[in-house]
Amino acid sequence: MRWAVIQFPGSNCDQDAFHVLKNVLHQDVSYVWHKDSSLNGADAIVVPGGFSYGDYLRCGAIARFSPIMSAIKEAAAAGKTVLGICNGFQILCEAGLLPGVLVRNTSLHFRCETVPVRVEHPASRFTGDYMTGQVLNLPIAHGEGHYVADEATLDSLFLNKQVLFTYSDTQGRNVPGANPNGSQRFIAGITNREGNVLGLMPHPERASEKILGSADGLGLFTSILASHGTPLAQAA
Amino acid sequence: MSDPAITPELIAKHGLTTEEYQRIKDILKREPNFTELGIFSVMWSEHCSYKNSRLELRKFPTTGPTVLVKAGEENAGVIDIGDGWGIAFKMESHNHPSAVEPFQGAATGVGGILRDIFTMGARPVFLMNSLRFGDIRPDKPNAATNRRLLAGVVSGIAHYGNCIGVPTVGGEIYFDASYDGNPLVNVFCLGTLKTNEIRRGAATGAGNPVFYVGNRTGRDGLAGAAFASRDLTEDSKADRPAVQVGDPFIEKLLLEACLELFQHPEAVVGVQDMGAAGLTCSTCETASRGNSGIEIDLALVPQREPGMTPYETMLSESQERMLVIVKAGHEETITKIFEKWDLPCAKVGHVTDDGFMRVKNHGVTVAEIPAKQLADEAPLYKREATRPASLDERQKLDLVSIPEADIQASLTQLLSTPDLASKRWVYRQYDHMVRVGTVTNPGSDAAVVRVPTGENSWKYLAASVDCNAHYVAAEPKLGALIAVAECARNLAMTGAEPLALTDNLNFGNPHNPENFYMLQQAVDGLSEGCRAFDIPVTGGNVSLYNQSPAGPIDPTPTVGIVGIIRDAKHITPSHFQNSGDAIILLGNIGDELGASLYLREIHGIKRGRPPELDMDCEKKLHEAVRSSIRLGEILSAHDLAEGGLLVALAESTFGAKKLGATITLDSSSRLDALLFGESQSRAIVTTRPENASALVELLNLRGVPARRIGTVGGKDLTVKVSGPTPREFSWDVAALHKTWDGSFDSYLS
Repeated sequence: MRWAVIQFPGSNCDQDAFHVLKNVLHQDVSYVWHKDSSLNGADAIVVPGGFSYGDYLRCGAIARFSPIMSAIKEAAAAGKTVLGICNGFQILCEAGLLPGVLVRNTSLHFRCETVPVRVEHPASRFTGDYMTGQVLNLPIAHGEGHYVADEATLDSLFLNKQVLFTYSDTQGRNVPGANPNGSQRFIAGITNREGNVLGLMPHPERASEKILGSADGLGLFTSILASHGTPLAQAA
Repeated sequence: MSDPAITPELIAKHGLTTEEYQRIKDILKREPNFTELGIFSVMWSEHCSYKNSRLELRKFPTTGPTVLVKAGEENAGVIDIGDGWGIAFKMESHNHPSAVEPFQGAATGVGGILRDIFTMGARPVFLMNSLRFGDIRPDKPNAATNRRLLAGVVSGIAHYGNCIGVPTVGGEIYFDASYDGNPLVNVFCLGTLKTNEIRRGAATGAGNPVFYVGNRTGRDGLAGAAFASRDLTEDSKADRPAVQVGDPFIEKLLLEACLELFQHPEAVVGVQDMGAAGLTCSTCETASRGNSGIEIDLALVPQREPGMTPYETMLSESQERMLVIVKAGHEETITKIFEKWDLPCAKVGHVTDDGFMRVKNHGVTVAEIPAKQLADEAPLYKREATRPASLDERQKLDLVSIPEADIQASLTQLLSTPDLASKRWVYRQYDHMVRVGTVTNPGSDAAVVRVPTGENSWKYLAASVDCNAHYVAAEPKLGALIAVAECARNLAMTGAEPLALTDNLNFGNPHNPENFYMLQQAVDGLSEGCRAFDIPVTGGNVSLYNQSPAGPIDPTPTVGIVGIIRDAKHITPSHFQNSGDAIILLGNIGDELGASLYLREIHGIKRGRPPELDMDCEKKLHEAVRSSIRLGEILSAHDLAEGGLLVALAESTFGAKKLGATITLDSSSRLDALLFGESQSRAIVTTRPENASALVELLNLRGVPARRIGTVGGKDLTVKVSGPTPREFSWDVAALHKTWDGSFDSYLS
């Protein structure tokens, strides 16, 4: 399958996502510049982390006007896989592909650390290789990862199984001390109603090789591969 | 607006002496105008010219088989790491700006060192920093100010590093009243490059166009280099306009655009960032290196605001700007790339062959100075050096009059001090994982980072920054030597062999002979350390005039050493790994308490001679640890530093599993000296129990004193000391960890 990693000015996790796809999972992956209008027929699109447009005005608020965004919207509507990580999640929310917004962490500090993240259910194209309640060690690195939506939206996200990941303690419990940014209902990652667009604050690409301390994020990529009917690529 | 007349007052205000002014007139063969006076004043400031320190810096060993670019040759030195790859790295200070505006001061410090690295053609892959502040504990004087400075500096570093996407993987922070009002912010950056793609900063080829790329020039950072070359005073707040304002987003674009441009070697003749002294420094230095001249017209410089005078434009230190000398005929290559990245890019002049730096404004010449004499022939001073009388007094220590403190409570108290407590509050504000290279988390003895050398091929580097300024203040040469030894020791513990060193010399006003003595001695100590380990100094920075009205800072010659671990499987952690592993102490039992953390924190005594250092023993220790690691014998290794043996043992229990240990010691020396003394050349390592006696034997054979002192396991750290009066102590590891982990937060909340 073909992957595209989008590069906005200020993206800085683009090369990390590219590395995991290319060198760890041996995928056909290419960069797509934000001023382009075509995704070159990619089956899956990664909107990577970073500080697109310096995060000026509001995280992701300017990136959504980039020319490539209309192609991403079309791909999402056509059922292609779209994965927004960190700043990518913020961009997808700003672009209206995902509900809600991400605001300043309640601590008001940027926070970078590896945190336990609970898998809510495996019935999605992003979590097929995980188990319900499985606790993953995933790095976070953001100043604005506090997920906010109105109560009705939050209810429907859970009801429709759009919440794939929540912050938890190491036992998988959503206890107060386990919420690194104040996200409502501990939300770490959600999909759109159709289930083909995922946004999450944790960085699975930073946890895809054992030498970096955790390979728990690799399952997210292998789940996508499996859902596209691609035989599991050999992990390094 | 007409330029002010050149008066003795104006000359003095520019920090130039009468003799220096005469020298300027001799060079120009006439009186300088206002713009030229400004240009000379920044180029001949200590910050740019090292006029007070250069004679000392010549003592450093700077050559070696792996040195590709020597110290002082370019913006940063370059070291060969094999397989066609090199590393460019350097440390630089932003102390003065951070004192008056901590957030922007620290942020632009990061921005500046990043540019020094990518100017060389290297992609920056990690950052570290070394910070000093006054005490932050609520009961200490100036604590609120010090906390504000710390919080501002940390968020400034985070702001810049996080946004540009270069991980901050490690560093050190220490606190002492001598830094009240004059914090130290030393930032280290390392980048990787192919050895055949090193970029140089020389302007050659008369007629080649000179391009200005990056941020527009504004009125920020006016004469920042001159500001950094005088004492901080009560009035320094008025110097805020000398502090630059950083934009990491623009720098990220500039970085990517430059690296893209460098992929067209046929189009690029030379490149130099605009750091200290901005356009002035970059134009005259590139011309000087190229043995050429350069001519620019300021009307062509992209400007943020109208009406800037030539003086302001030449002295502005606006950030995120570069000067690129392009091969004539290849102008389109550069304009296309910078257009893609939406960055200002303008041809502002050309290379000449008359040796002059000629600055025009709308075609009218406003400055005309021989480039080489401006850039390279600043006056050099051999400053007077006098050993401070206070040194002998400071070294006096009457241990008999100092009672042995409560050992049980002392360990907990030491672990809660700002110097020793976990710096998680700090490093979790830094993105330390971006670029998927960080192998050990911040807080380890040394940072270990895998750096890419081609597609899916890596080299494993270890890096550490270090300086115990208390030692330097008590005996500068020995203190500086220990800084090198300890930094290299940190590397050895991870399995790395040292490659090269960068330094940041933070000292007080050099016109004071006592301050200058400290600098001179410290340089001697660093040089001796480098020669002993056979590593070159590849560059660095000198920051003088670090003094507030209360006096100079403790002399702080910070060193950064980069090493290489040849095989990923030799990367060694610092925490205990398995229950049952044998704990071996390498080095002597040790009992030196002079200048120790224990005396400072528990007894309030800042005295004594630093521990002695035998470089031969030190080197044998490093060699023995490395070779045992390569043999697969060592499961964890941690060096002994501040707080001595007991603190090192406690820190070793703070791994993910919080494994305790039982230790048995046999000693007749006083207990606090045994447990908290800071004798050098020591480490604790663990090995599988069945290998313990063989390892001890092997280490002894290699000339390293070694003895098994205990076993890993349990939830407590228990220490039994036999002797005339046997003693036993025990600490709950979870409780110790809680104190260590939470104290720093408690000082800041």
